[in-house]
Amino acid sequence: MNFLKSAYRFLGRLEGFAIATVLLVLYLVLIVAAPAVFTRPMIYFSFLETVPPTLIAALGLTLVITAGEIDLSFPAVVSLSGFALAWGWKTFDPAYCAVIGIILALAAGALVGYINGLMVARIGVPSIMATLAANFFWYGISILLAGGLQQTLRGSEENFVHELLVGRPFGGIPLQALWSLVLAVFLWFILNRHKFGESVMFIGDNANVARVMGVNVEATRIRLFTLHGMIAAFSGIVLTLNIGVFYPNQGNYLLPAMASVFVGGTSIDGGAGSIFGTFFGSYVIGSLEAGVVATTISGYWVQVVEGGVMAAVVVLNAATGKGDFASLFSRFRQVGRGSRET
Amino acid sequence: MSNPLHDSPDQYALRMVNIDKYFGLVRALTKINLDVSRNEIVGLIGDNGAGKSTIVKILTGVFPPSNGELYIAGRKVDFRHYNVQSAHRHGIETVYQDKSLGEKQVLWRNFFIGRQIVNRFGFIDVKREKAIASEIMLKTIGFRGKGITVESTVSQLSGGERQGIAIGRAMYFEADLIILDEPTVALSLKEVAKVINFVHKIKEAGKASIYISHSLPDVYEVCDRFVVLDRGEIGASISKKEITLKELDDFLLEYAHGRKDKAQQ
Repeated sequence: MNFLKSAYRFLGRLEGFAIATVLLVLYLVLIVAAPAVFTRPMIYFSFLETVPPTLIAALGLTLVITAGEIDLSFPAVVSLSGFALAWGWKTFDPAYCAVIGIILALAAGALVGYINGLMVARIGVPSIMATLAANFFWYGISILLAGGLQQTLRGSEENFVHELLVGRPFGGIPLQALWSLVLAVFLWFILNRHKFGESVMFIGDNANVARVMGVNVEATRIRLFTLHGMIAAFSGIVLTLNIGVFYPNQGNYLLPAMASVFVGGTSIDGGAGSIFGTFFGSYVIGSLEAGVVATTISGYWVQVVEGGVMAAVVVLNAATGKGDFASLFSRFRQVGRGSRET
Repeated sequence: MSNPLHDSPDQYALRMVNIDKYFGLVRALTKINLDVSRNEIVGLIGDNGAGKSTIVKILTGVFPPSNGELYIAGRKVDFRHYNVQSAHRHGIETVYQDKSLGEKQVLWRNFFIGRQIVNRFGFIDVKREKAIASEIMLKTIGFRGKGITVESTVSQLSGGERQGIAIGRAMYFEADLIILDEPTVALSLKEVAKVINFVHKIKEAGKASIYISHSLPDVYEVCDRFVVLDRGEIGASISKKEITLKELDDFLLEYAHGRKDKAQQ
């Protein structure tokens, strides 16, 4: 009994455990509702290939939202970094074009993020406005530079960088799924164990407190937006490499990425962020549409079910406060106690 | 005129010498000379607009004075390089009524925010921070039982307990001077008693403090000396030995009336 209690307490406080359970339940429901699709491994491999670009961008967005800010411009970075990669690819020698392309793409992301950071931290433009404008602007630049045309990365399948980032060496597992997991672990340590992450949490909590306690609020915000620019660029690199083609309008996953962050238990209020919540949240969001379609219910119902599940999860998150089971049950206990007393 | 450089550097935790502050043409402070000895708690009393918060902002590095000199533990402050961060390094800690702690953060993070114990890659030594934080809570501020640990978040604490955490933090970082800026505003009587208990601990630890409050009984209870500020000037400096609470209250009333009479003439 004591063991159960401590196990429950441990799992209850484990980051992302609640949304991971939601994901598991979702798959169980889908196995029952669409056995033809969900009892075979292929669909899961497909999720491991399609979810990572959104997941990567959402991980960075989790940090931004933890700081009490928002970044609506990462879709444009996914496009711009894809263009930078494609341009490097066709311009330089095939022996090292991939490496140069990736460096250019990351630099483009960092530049966009840095300018966002300057607008928000130095000039004081609210981030929702600054990054909305940035999204239009940099999408426009990307389309302009590309002449509105898609570009193929010639010979990308044979390139070692392709193998390294989006190859399928171990029994066909898409490597981008592994890399996004590595990124999640890395960002968890940055947020929860690094000075920078602690500053991000305090700024999101109360920027005035952070300032009087000696946090360099301005520099931290600029670094944060720059970091997210680079993470979004990484998302664009993975997306473009995986298909082998750059599309100027690629990267339209602003809303799925935001939904992933919120169903994962990170609050728009800032001050706290759940990296692994976002990790599993991305798979919930990414699996929903394909899953609901596979159950062969009428296509008109797809969005209704998707929205219903998202709403249910964020309502639960808000009710529990921290998005974990332990606080959910203590909440229920309090509700029970309250009603007895009155 | 005494030259501050000739004084023993250990005698005063703080010396403000002829400090003026102008905001444009408005004079906010005029020739402020304020000394705080070690082991002394000075109460700063004055109406709104008397210049209390201007003095706090100069001391904490929010803005520099227009003229004058500031010595902290005998060291002269160079205002060109003085800001909120370097005020901490100079040994000035401030406890504000509401902006000292991050509400959603756990207590051990609140103790070390802005000066974490990190390795050379900037990663926090969580174990050590937690150990030190729980030692501060037990020994310095005497938090026992109550189910509050270093893992609790600030939002779980009462108002008085929050100020206790902020005061304990200031004491741990070896502040020469702890400024308490209205630490008891919006607290219940019971919580005020807790805060006053914490302030007594500052004195027991041999540290100096400036205590700012609108509540005269609180100020009288904790302070050794009362400095009355009036329209940017120091109107009076009275030792607690010379005066009772009632007399202090009467004095301030008379003072305010006298000022009004003067204004009418």
